[in-house]
Amino acid sequence: MTSFHEEEILGKAYDKRLARRLLGYLYPYRRVVLLSVFFLLVVSALQLAGPYLTKVAIDRYIRTGNIQGLNGIALLFLGVLLAQFCFAFAQTYLMNWTGQKIMYDLRVQIFTHIQKLHVGYFDRNPVGRIITRVTTDVDVLNELFTSGVISIFGDIFTLAGIVLIMLWLNWKLALVSFSVIPVLFVASIIFKVKVRDSYRWVRTCVAKMNAFLQENITGMSVVQIFVQEKRKFQQFDERNREHLDANLQSIFYYAVFYPAVNLIGALAIALILWYGGVQVLAGVLTLGSLVAFIQYSERFYKPISDLSEKFNILQTAMASSERIFRLLDTQPAISPPLHPVRLKSLKGKIEFRNVSFAYKEDTPVLRNISFSVAPGEKVAIVGATGSGKSTLINLLCRFYDVQSGEVRIDDTPVTHLDLDQLRQSISIVLQDVFLFSGTIEENIRLWERPIERKQVEDASRWVHADHFVQRLASGYDERVAERGSSLSVGQRQLLAFARALAHDPKILVLDEATSSVDTETELLIQDALEKLMKGRTAVVIAHRLSTIQNCDRILVLHRGQLIEQGSHQDLLKLRGVYYKLFQLQYRDQLASPRLFAPDLRASVGNPG
Amino acid sequence: MFIKSWLINSRTRHLLTLVPFLKKYRTQITIGIFMVLATNIAAMVAPWVLKRAVDHLYHEISRELLLYYSALVVCASAVEGFFRFQMRRILIGVSRYLEYDLRNHLFAHLQRLTPRFYQQYSTGDILSRASNDLSAVRMVLGPGIMYSVNTVFTTIFTITLLLSISWKLTFLTLLPLFAVTYCVKYFGRSIHQRFESIQRQLGSITTLTQENVSGIRVVKAYNQENAFIERFKQANQDFMHRSLSLVRIWGLFYPLLTLLLGVSAASLLWYGGRQVVQGSITLGDLVAFMSYLAMLTWPTIALGWVINIFERGSASMGRINELLDHQPEVLEGGSKETLARLKGDINIRNLSFSYNGFPVLRNVDLQARAGETIAIVGSTGSGKTTLVNLLCRLYPVERGTIFIDGIDINDIPLSILRKNIGYVPQDTFLFSETVAENIAFGKPESSRLDVENAAHISNIWPEIQHFPRKFETFVGERGITLSGGQKQRIAISRALLVDSPILILDDALSSVDTYTEEQILRKLSGELKNRTALLISHRVSTVKMADQIIVLQEGRVVERGTHDELLSAGGFYADLYQKQLLREELGVE
Repeated sequence: MTSFHEEEILGKAYDKRLARRLLGYLYPYRRVVLLSVFFLLVVSALQLAGPYLTKVAIDRYIRTGNIQGLNGIALLFLGVLLAQFCFAFAQTYLMNWTGQKIMYDLRVQIFTHIQKLHVGYFDRNPVGRIITRVTTDVDVLNELFTSGVISIFGDIFTLAGIVLIMLWLNWKLALVSFSVIPVLFVASIIFKVKVRDSYRWVRTCVAKMNAFLQENITGMSVVQIFVQEKRKFQQFDERNREHLDANLQSIFYYAVFYPAVNLIGALAIALILWYGGVQVLAGVLTLGSLVAFIQYSERFYKPISDLSEKFNILQTAMASSERIFRLLDTQPAISPPLHPVRLKSLKGKIEFRNVSFAYKEDTPVLRNISFSVAPGEKVAIVGATGSGKSTLINLLCRFYDVQSGEVRIDDTPVTHLDLDQLRQSISIVLQDVFLFSGTIEENIRLWERPIERKQVEDASRWVHADHFVQRLASGYDERVAERGSSLSVGQRQLLAFARALAHDPKILVLDEATSSVDTETELLIQDALEKLMKGRTAVVIAHRLSTIQNCDRILVLHRGQLIEQGSHQDLLKLRGVYYKLFQLQYRDQLASPRLFAPDLRASVGNPG
Repeated sequence: MFIKSWLINSRTRHLLTLVPFLKKYRTQITIGIFMVLATNIAAMVAPWVLKRAVDHLYHEISRELLLYYSALVVCASAVEGFFRFQMRRILIGVSRYLEYDLRNHLFAHLQRLTPRFYQQYSTGDILSRASNDLSAVRMVLGPGIMYSVNTVFTTIFTITLLLSISWKLTFLTLLPLFAVTYCVKYFGRSIHQRFESIQRQLGSITTLTQENVSGIRVVKAYNQENAFIERFKQANQDFMHRSLSLVRIWGLFYPLLTLLLGVSAASLLWYGGRQVVQGSITLGDLVAFMSYLAMLTWPTIALGWVINIFERGSASMGRINELLDHQPEVLEGGSKETLARLKGDINIRNLSFSYNGFPVLRNVDLQARAGETIAIVGSTGSGKTTLVNLLCRLYPVERGTIFIDGIDINDIPLSILRKNIGYVPQDTFLFSETVAENIAFGKPESSRLDVENAAHISNIWPEIQHFPRKFETFVGERGITLSGGQKQRIAISRALLVDSPILILDDALSSVDTYTEEQILRKLSGELKNRTALLISHRVSTVKMADQIIVLQEGRVVERGTHDELLSAGGFYADLYQKQLLREELGVE
């Protein structure tokens, strides 16, 4: 089950290099942090006052019958409590405020850095992992700052305070009662380790169970049709049972631990009672001190338990920061040019010169490709799966940089071109249309460039998206459901066209979708596509015969090489790779009535 | 008893659903409650010993008695510890068993619900009810019950003992404790609300990041990086404000508790001290009082907490009940005498079906004799899929409309009906199991030979040979990502393997290229000979060999007959075919 928790490999609880870098984030807020630490010390000190005041009250006033003194000490007690209340609140707020600020800084830094990384990084790293960096890992660091580092001072100070006061009151009795501290420490550490392991087991079980549940809910009708309810129920029961076992184990640890702590506490009280009692009898210890001792011994537990938790916090925080820093240290493989060339007006000429490219060494995807596309020309790229079509697009948009050769736009190498200008000049429509959660309008306009509502509507009307958008309850303000699941495949395509059109690019890059849509939409898409390409340089990975027909030229890619190019008729006559591709992939589209269009028939009809 | 009366309280009424589940564990719960009682009795010993010791120390005490008292404190704690261990183990344990039972119950219930239900509730919604809401209910059953019982016992015992020492002192020191309960309840609720609001915002941050990363090509291609950084900053600022609003109340909460408990202790010292001075109580009484009061601390906090647990748990139970209240639309039904294997004569008579008030099928008639192949043609939304779904009874079927082998399908036990149908649905769904397990899904006991045979027929076998672990390769995240066509072909193998007399292929070759489709069809034709097959497709080439072709339009059968008959009838189908023929001629040069 490695897949569930591959990231929980923990290392050292303290790493000097990482710690120093982490402290850097604390630095801008150092004054607040110092104030917070100071408050924390005050609170710890005030907390120690209660038992001591009790001792004074008993020894000096109650035993002597001094009611006036008793009133005074009660008032003092009240004052201490109020002060403690104020300082504790201020301390908590300041510390969390700092934590939140740091979390904000860190998240924005990571996110900004992610924006700079090149597409290849995202191809290699699963989405979930990147999200974890931004969310969970940062959260862990927040935990480190708010309840880790700073409160360690508090715990140590409290513990030291108790120890000192007890030693001061009566060092012999103090030493006797300290004998339980190591036991308490060991018990706490064992418990924390056990609980952590069992908590992890529980989490793995929950993950497994939820994954199973999700899959079964999604595929419920398949289960029902194949009458596999019983088997699936048994499988669910197994997971549910393991989850139960994991929880029972953790219940066991808790059930053992708390009574054990109580028992250790009782042992301390018994020791104090016995050894201290003897001293009281001998007149060495006052009764009030005895009571104070008992009360102090009850306060051992909290700081010790907190401290034993710190180890976990430190350990996970180091692991998280390691991962975060690794991400932050990833250099963007595509860097903007040092002296970017900004063309006055981009015409849209594309040229590939002896381009070779490989994602992984030894497996070349493109080999020595050269071609050029004149401004306004429309070029279709065809080829079997894996022939390198998408890579061509990746290089053109500079998602990746070529390893040898050059990609040029308007006779300027893309590596010299201002990256913003390059991407503003190109609009790309991908096979799998990506919709963001937001309104229809936002999905067409996107967020960066100022595009008026009217332009959005005009673009939509032009590519036939307007029709269905108008039918939505809130029109262009309708919110798109998760990944656009409320829209049909065809509708999503049209929206992507509208998006591309609204951004009015010089160059249009299109990876046509293969999925089938109904007849009506299919015709709309064909028409929209034609309009979209008009007056622009277009590079299209074509899956539709009609699209190929509309292009000026066809480039045939085969195993990373450009092996044929020319018009549809020329290439068919050649009886080469294109001819075979046509037979396999495009011919059947002729058989489908919905693609029927008279002009199309004519063009295929009499090639020779 | 008191739990019941609490449950009847309107806010917590949803929890009544749990009563039958609780009954199963009544022995354990009774024992557990006894453990709570025993724990509390044992806990009362130590302060009493302390009181005696202090009083004796005030005057005179032998070392032996002192040792005896010390030993008593440890023994009492050990006994208490044993009971406390049992109490936790039993009562919290029972809550986990109940959670387990409830979850199984819920899952079994979900298994009986129809697609209509799953269209109504999103997967995320159901999941959240099955995990988060169930956890909240579990909190009621475990800590909720345990701490309420504990609180009652502790309160009764300590207050009795406190009253026996001094009623004035009791009254004075308990006042701040009532405030503690109120405080926990009030703050608890408000902390929960703010926490939820933070979680929601964290959800938005996650979604934003996820979209940004998943759509990174679009983001980069349209230069949206800075826009996204701005949106991200906004979302994080919002998150920070929400978090700080929690911190404000959270930062107040514990200091306030400490203050209230401290006030109680201070007033005890003040007033109790006076009483000792006045001689109405002893110093030992005062010390014991301090201990008993300390014992009340946790129950008063727990009380406020428990009230919230019950309220939250009840709301969650309500959400789970909403799922449980959905009655399965399709019942098992049927008499058990039906033959396990049907022949496959299908007879549909005047079948009409509406979905959410929309008529989907209107007066459909269809006869298929065992072994025949029926093709169903029609545009999207014409009711093709609904028709075959009804045959599997995925939706309730009106009596007297669909018959198999002359038996109304409502009279055939559901499991037998479905076992006699091999179905390749339009949307292919595979499980994250191995390829072999997916193919053998409907018949897990199949031999490897059968599995490979099925893979051969759907023409997926050669490709499986290239998978990293061949038939043992996992499908999905843990293994290989399959293309649409590969998934469809595995789904076909899966349907073929059950070896049913009826086979349904719902547009099952849409993601497969024509060349592969032809190969599969050729291999399939052998399989189809001894089965009744229903073939949905929009490719004429696929359907022309059928014994009977049905054209559906807006839920009505508009044409029916063999390929030749429909051609001579000169309707929709003939038109379709003519166009195809024409284009085939044109295509071949």
